[in-house]
Amino acid sequence: MSEPVQRVLGPVALDYTVHAGSVTGAFLEALLDKRLVGRRCPSCAKVFLPPRGACPTCAVPMPEAVEVGQRGVVTTFSVIRIPFDGQVLTPPYAAAHIVLDGADTPLLHIVGECDVDTVRMGMRVEAVWADPIEPTLASVRYFRPTGEPDVAWDAFKEHLG
Amino acid sequence: MIPCAVTGIGQTRYAAKREDVSMPELVREAALRALDDAGLDFDGIDAVVMGKAPDMFEGVANPELFLAGALGAAGKPMFRVHTAGSVGGSTAIVAAHLVQSGVHKRVLTVAWEKQSESNAMWALSQKFPFQPPVAAGAGGYFAPIIRAYMRRSGAPEHIGWQVAVKDRRNALRNPLAHLHLPDIDLDMVKASPLLWDPIRYLETCPSSDGACAMVLSADVTGDRPPAWVHATAMRSEPMLFPGRDEVSPRAGAACAQELFEQAGKTPADVDCAEIYVPFSWYEPMWLENLGLAESGWRAVDAGRTALDGDLPINMSGGVLSSNPIGASGMIRFAEAARQVRGTADAHQVDRARLAMGHAYGGGSQFFATWLVGTEPPG
Repeated sequence: MSEPVQRVLGPVALDYTVHAGSVTGAFLEALLDKRLVGRRCPSCAKVFLPPRGACPTCAVPMPEAVEVGQRGVVTTFSVIRIPFDGQVLTPPYAAAHIVLDGADTPLLHIVGECDVDTVRMGMRVEAVWADPIEPTLASVRYFRPTGEPDVAWDAFKEHLG
Repeated sequence: MIPCAVTGIGQTRYAAKREDVSMPELVREAALRALDDAGLDFDGIDAVVMGKAPDMFEGVANPELFLAGALGAAGKPMFRVHTAGSVGGSTAIVAAHLVQSGVHKRVLTVAWEKQSESNAMWALSQKFPFQPPVAAGAGGYFAPIIRAYMRRSGAPEHIGWQVAVKDRRNALRNPLAHLHLPDIDLDMVKASPLLWDPIRYLETCPSSDGACAMVLSADVTGDRPPAWVHATAMRSEPMLFPGRDEVSPRAGAACAQELFEQAGKTPADVDCAEIYVPFSWYEPMWLENLGLAESGWRAVDAGRTALDGDLPINMSGGVLSSNPIGASGMIRFAEAARQVRGTADAHQVDRARLAMGHAYGGGSQFFATWLVGTEPPG
């Protein structure tokens, strides 16, 4: 008697095309010049990085481009220690919310060039660029500690979350 | 508004792999149990509303195409709801609205996930175009937010361990639960490895197969008491905006506020609640967000949320003990209904008259809640 057929393997794979649109397109173009360019809301004056076409809080378009700093503060983070299918980076690595100088939204990125156990809330970091640069935020390879003094909790707690 | 009752509840047992059944067999198992509970068969149902989380969780696109037959939807209205992890809750709410509006008299609602057929961790770690390869599953997304809660509230580390133990002890009373860990204690949680620092392995939900179904009805059928729907509320918010508070999202708080206003009740009226806690720290976080406790971690620390506490939470063992993602929200809603029907067996709370079900999804973007009671509303 044969074994009961309980499962069959069904592979799924696909390369797909995404259209960046005008706002993200302009952001990606600026990355090619190693510039981080967000958008400022004309109503609340907050700066979005990565940019959005409209401010969800004020419901108005954001046509004004604003270059932000390449340094910022780690507001919160996790150390990823779990391995999983499709993982690009080798654990352990620190994934952090980074608010760049001049921006008002957190950017999710990697903190590198330091022991993961030294990453902390309030740490100052700066962008390290890849070579060659491509139109993706992965062209910032990671952010590394600047060695500046930590930022006080009160100065960044509004960005937490 | 036409009063809507939960007259039937059906759940499968939850497990890492249900290799004995196909996806249609899995959802049908829950549906038939719900119909049996309501004393009905498929002929007694006017419409079917189903929900599940992203298709990549099984690798099968548009399963509703072949599930219509398995759920007796031939010749009837049928549709699918999708709001990420909150989908089980929002699916039940859509079904309730169809009854409350008078569009249909009896609606079968079903939510499920058969995660063993794909890989949810992979599906939640997609490499999005333009982005750094930083996504690391749901834990990777929520760990920094948990760290922010710990810092903001000053909660001690053991709070997360306490919730992990409490929910798994509750699960020992629920034969359907995926995880049955008879030896669970604080030391075991504390000694388990950090996956996404500060989240430990035993502070994390499992990946489960399973389905949950309910019959929502304008008339009471079957032999068991109904649960009456007193209020339903849903809210969403954008993923990114300046000053966004993901520790206590505005949409979650507004959802709960509307829920209590609709029912003419307050959080103090809630006898017990099933809330969506995929990582242990989300119990204190949601207690505060929903207005159920001023300090969530102090409520946990004082034992208030235990089965014998004054505000029992996740009596069934919760998402921490069974997590077929698309079904997890509906399980919360159904388990709240079981409490007020008095049919929760070994995890029944004494004299539960009003219970809350809650689900959230996406990057804390979608919220669904309901209040169910022993008495009809109004």
